[in-house]
Amino acid sequence: MVNVVKNKLKNAMGKKKIITVIGKKGIAKEHLNLNILEVRNLSKDYDGFHAVKEISFALGKGEVFGFLGPNGAGKTTTINMLTGLAKPTSGSIEIAGEDGIKDIKKVQQIIGIVPDESNLYDEMNGFDNLVFCASLYGMDKRKRERRAQELLKQFGLANTGKKLFKAYSKGMKRKLVIAAGIIHEPPILFLDEPTTGIDVETARQIRRLIQTLNANGTTIFLTTHYIEEAERLCHRVGFIVEGRVVKIGKTVDLMQETQQAHIIEFTLENDADTLKESFRNAFPNIDINTIDHFRIRISSPEKIDLIPFIKFFDEKKCLVREAKMIRPSLEEVFVKVTGIEINRMKKEKEKGGEKK
Amino acid sequence: MKKWIAFWSILMKDMKMYYLKPPNISWGLIFPFAWTLMFFVRSEKAIDIRGVLPGVMSLAVLFGTTSMLAVTITFERKSRSFERLLLAPISLNLLMLAKTSGAIIFGILNAMFPAIIASFVVDLSGINWFTTILSIIFIAVTSTFLGLFISVSVSEVFEAQTFSNFVRFPMMFLCDLFIPIEKLPAIIRPISYALPLTHGADILKTSINADGIIPSWISFLVLIGYTLVLFLMSMRNIQKRWIY
Repeated sequence: MVNVVKNKLKNAMGKKKIITVIGKKGIAKEHLNLNILEVRNLSKDYDGFHAVKEISFALGKGEVFGFLGPNGAGKTTTINMLTGLAKPTSGSIEIAGEDGIKDIKKVQQIIGIVPDESNLYDEMNGFDNLVFCASLYGMDKRKRERRAQELLKQFGLANTGKKLFKAYSKGMKRKLVIAAGIIHEPPILFLDEPTTGIDVETARQIRRLIQTLNANGTTIFLTTHYIEEAERLCHRVGFIVEGRVVKIGKTVDLMQETQQAHIIEFTLENDADTLKESFRNAFPNIDINTIDHFRIRISSPEKIDLIPFIKFFDEKKCLVREAKMIRPSLEEVFVKVTGIEINRMKKEKEKGGEKK
Repeated sequence: MKKWIAFWSILMKDMKMYYLKPPNISWGLIFPFAWTLMFFVRSEKAIDIRGVLPGVMSLAVLFGTTSMLAVTITFERKSRSFERLLLAPISLNLLMLAKTSGAIIFGILNAMFPAIIASFVVDLSGINWFTTILSIIFIAVTSTFLGLFISVSVSEVFEAQTFSNFVRFPMMFLCDLFIPIEKLPAIIRPISYALPLTHGADILKTSINADGIIPSWISFLVLIGYTLVLFLMSMRNIQKRWIY
């Protein structure tokens, strides 16, 4: 299996032109020099309804790509087309050098899929579920049992391996579904809403697992409605609204694009209100706002040099406890690009989850 | 080789999870007894066990296979575990072959129970066992693909049950099991001859009691035809409805 994957990647590397994608998370550069997935003009119609409209994007090898959008935007339809559960109406998909439409069965050998809902067997225990999933990829008995044990341990489920899946908690189920998705060590992993509806601690563990998988070279295609999760995990993101990709780019770049002004926030030891007037006199071109008694925020369309401000506070015998740059969040980018309020999107998703 | 590992695992999983569960095993035992008793009540005299054996065996296969496959696939579709199978790197044909193999084996075993029980009560010498077993396999395959066709046509478990009964019960009364075909109204007889169970039961009648009315080779051809048509229609529907 591993050799098959290696050969596929080798072939793909031979065919593709090398592109450079700089990862902000410090992942190895050689992981990022190849398009492992390319989607061109992909569309999907259902009885005259255009669910996905001519979307195009590519994933570099080793990157985490976030696919964000509100409910019904076309995220799951896109994942279904990429993984072989739906047939595109038009367009092309290329995964690791293989035609992702015609040769989908070859592609399924090298991709892992973690759907938004559990698709394991309630009547089987955790270990047997993993062993069964491994057998679907043709792994021999010894190898699949060893891999199942390994994953149960890695996901903190070693003690519950013999427990029936239906007796698992929601978080445990989620972890096992992810473990099943990577049982065959796929170089590309599709994660559909991996942390929706689970407790904070398990969600953190899952995010750490995603980072570990990526650090080990797995390319990850992630859909989530938690924008802060995408901001934390993804090297690049694409926003999909009403079936169209409206924005795509590096997470850092997108956030910088949205930045209207340079903002620095100071946390002071003294009362910030007393300094406000003298601050305005000393820096007439800088906007100043007090957040509370000890925090002030300064903003300017130009880049801000910190030294004059530090000197100013020093002269005023005011101790600066913290100075930090305030950057626009991915959430702000999302709202600006899509015009959709995040809270509305979260509520819609949660409602959808409850219905399910 | 790898594909056959997947095939074997799916088959074994289905056998363990569905077919070898105590309620289903008891169904396999109780069902033939119930049918035998019904024939006995109907005849109002000492029962000709060997005479009713072909009918009981074919009904046991029909009910076992269609119910089980239609319900298990619909259940897995609802619980989304079937999606995991569709996402596996094995062809749809092999996947469906694995799914149907469990039901076929279950159907064959179901048909064996009445034969084994009958062997303790009546003399079963003179039976052409080769043709008997072959016909049981053919009935099991055809009925399983009928179950597959049903499962692909519905989306809820209760719909699968209803659809199965809608197909099976009329077939029971038109297939020369309760009412001889020659006693049916002339207008209905062509329908009887077109039904797969008529042919399956008739081969069994020929091989067990040598009183079939249709040449066996014709019946085998009809069953093969039904199997192919049902399989191809099911595959077409799966491609259309499940890989949408």
